[in-house]
Amino acid sequence: MSKERIQISEALYDIMPSDYQDLVKSATYGKEDRGWKDIGTSKELIEQHSLCAGCPESMAFRYILASLPNPEDTVMVGSTGCTSLVFPMVAVHNIHSLFGNQNAIASGLKRALSVRFPGRVKDVVVLAGDGATVDIGLDMTLQAWFRQEKFTTICFDNELYANTGGQESGLMQKGFVAKMAPVGKLFDKVRLPEIARESGCHYVVNCTVSKPSLVEKVIRNAVHIAREIGPTYLQLYTPCILEIGKNSMEGLQEMRDSEKPAERFAYKEYVSEPAKQLLAELAAKDKERKAAAKQLAAQAQAN
Amino acid sequence: MAETKSVIGTQNKKGQIYTDTWKMMNEAPRTPSFFTGSEVIKEAIRRASCDVMIAYPITPQSEAAALIGELFAEGYIGDYFRGESEFAVMSQCAGAAFGGARVFTTTAGPGTMRAMENFPMWSGARLPIQMIVTCRGINSPLSIQPDTLEIAYLLNTGMLVWHAETAQDFFDWILKGYMVSEEPDVHLPLALCCDGFFVTHTKDVVNLTPADMCLPPYDPYRSPVPCMDMECPPVRMMRDPFVMKSNYISYATHASWQQEIWAAVERSRKHSIHWLNGLIDTENTDADIMIVASGTAVSQGREAIRLLEDEGIRCGLVKVKTIRPWPEEEIREATKNAKHIFVPEFNVTGWLAKEIKATVPNHHRVHAGPHVCGGMTMPPEIIVSEIKTALGMKTFSMAGRGS
Repeated sequence: MSKERIQISEALYDIMPSDYQDLVKSATYGKEDRGWKDIGTSKELIEQHSLCAGCPESMAFRYILASLPNPEDTVMVGSTGCTSLVFPMVAVHNIHSLFGNQNAIASGLKRALSVRFPGRVKDVVVLAGDGATVDIGLDMTLQAWFRQEKFTTICFDNELYANTGGQESGLMQKGFVAKMAPVGKLFDKVRLPEIARESGCHYVVNCTVSKPSLVEKVIRNAVHIAREIGPTYLQLYTPCILEIGKNSMEGLQEMRDSEKPAERFAYKEYVSEPAKQLLAELAAKDKERKAAAKQLAAQAQAN
Repeated sequence: MAETKSVIGTQNKKGQIYTDTWKMMNEAPRTPSFFTGSEVIKEAIRRASCDVMIAYPITPQSEAAALIGELFAEGYIGDYFRGESEFAVMSQCAGAAFGGARVFTTTAGPGTMRAMENFPMWSGARLPIQMIVTCRGINSPLSIQPDTLEIAYLLNTGMLVWHAETAQDFFDWILKGYMVSEEPDVHLPLALCCDGFFVTHTKDVVNLTPADMCLPPYDPYRSPVPCMDMECPPVRMMRDPFVMKSNYISYATHASWQQEIWAAVERSRKHSIHWLNGLIDTENTDADIMIVASGTAVSQGREAIRLLEDEGIRCGLVKVKTIRPWPEEEIREATKNAKHIFVPEFNVTGWLAKEIKATVPNHHRVHAGPHVCGGMTMPPEIIVSEIKTALGMKTFSMAGRGS
């Protein structure tokens, strides 16, 4: 999609919703170096949402949507859960169909887009909760990776089923007492990042969303690698402050506490050899682009 | 966005000519060929301009699904792969259809049941996917034999459901099916059912359209809902997601959308009548005795009618081609003279007889049977026997068939 596609006919301009007018005026579709710093100075690709006040998932959504390298040609796939409350307010095409089938939907979608738009970039990004990714949808999560499907899978790991009221999930910590785990969870947190690496993912990151610049970096890497090489997986800690007994303003601290070196969300990254090569190439191009821009600016000043 | 130039008369990458479907199906020369039902599915798909086919092995559709893989290898299909289960396959089909592809898949029996959660989602999302259902048993203990019980489970999904009698039906209906389900005022998935083995694994003479003609490609921008390809503006779909709201506007939205799906099934009626030359076929509707059937039970009914004629008993026939949309008025009209209506079926519960009982006046006229199931064949003699017993005539009992 080019930006012309979202233009509004002059005759209809005044009756269009103001959030759409804002999208046309100041969204960052097509901006090459878009990122989290655009938040506050441009129209975000997310309108209001109905998540709880202070929910880290809402922060994650904003950072991710600001960081997608190519939102004008990105289709997102969600699943049932808190994320499905947000997607209707997101200004990239997105699909919700069933609970847990997100990686199957994305497999079919990515292949259809490749058949229909040969030679054009059409990114597919899955964003689902940990219940959808690791429990009910694990089969389809893994099989998409085995098949080397070229899309990014993002798991919002809040370590429980939040939307249904805080039940035990596979990514919950051992011993945590929750609904459906009345005497505490009896087995360890599923080690999906390691499983992702063994299943053929070319880029795997386990981290929190406490730092927007870090989210921007891993999103860009994950989408670029998925586009050119193969599946990528991001597991992002987005704690459910409601279900772990925290207040609205405590989400950020909870993430900071959980990413300390020995903690379960200490930054972990795996990059395959071909992916390393691609990232190096992209970094070189980026450097070149910045140098050229700097030179242009210097010339302009000299003139 | 939408193509404004017609592609009719131009060639695809395999050198096939995109042809007006009506001309291709009704005016182009036909070549008689001796094929199994599975091979016929392949030949229909060769001419269907499919973008994506997703396969999974389950008897008795495995052969057809694998043969379509050969078509992909030859370059007739955009993409093809084996999914990991029917639930996943039907979701992959959905993903491809959301992305604007013409999608084809095949399944059977337990696979249909495993995938079931997807079907109301397909129709709710207005995805015109075509799914061949080669019916087989779904009971326990495990059976791979022909049995049409699974069709009953598809009837309330919002899908179009057609029931082919022969391989010729299959060939024609696969191609015509896309024309009906892709109409903007329909845009619903189609379950094209047949009786497994009887149709898929037997050879029959089928008149094929020329192999160098194919359907015009699917145009996703004729869909009544946006295609998820970021080629049209991404608008905020709703202020609040209705799933979380317990209020009247939320209920009203869901209710009206469900009504719209079923209205679309109704709107498919006129297109189905156009392409299939009516939702039912009839013979001798002035007879006192009528057989109403779908699938291969129609063929057996036809044989039974011949046997009865030899004994001087006149009997008529209704072949029900579409189960959804349901040919209510047609069946009522075709059976208005009948004193007895017999409904032979290849399943234990008699779902077709129940539909007919709910349709015709004086439903005591409907005899729900004979039924065979679990893979049993239905010799015409047991239909004859059922009819003669009901008429109070002497008949031979057939051991083991419950008659």
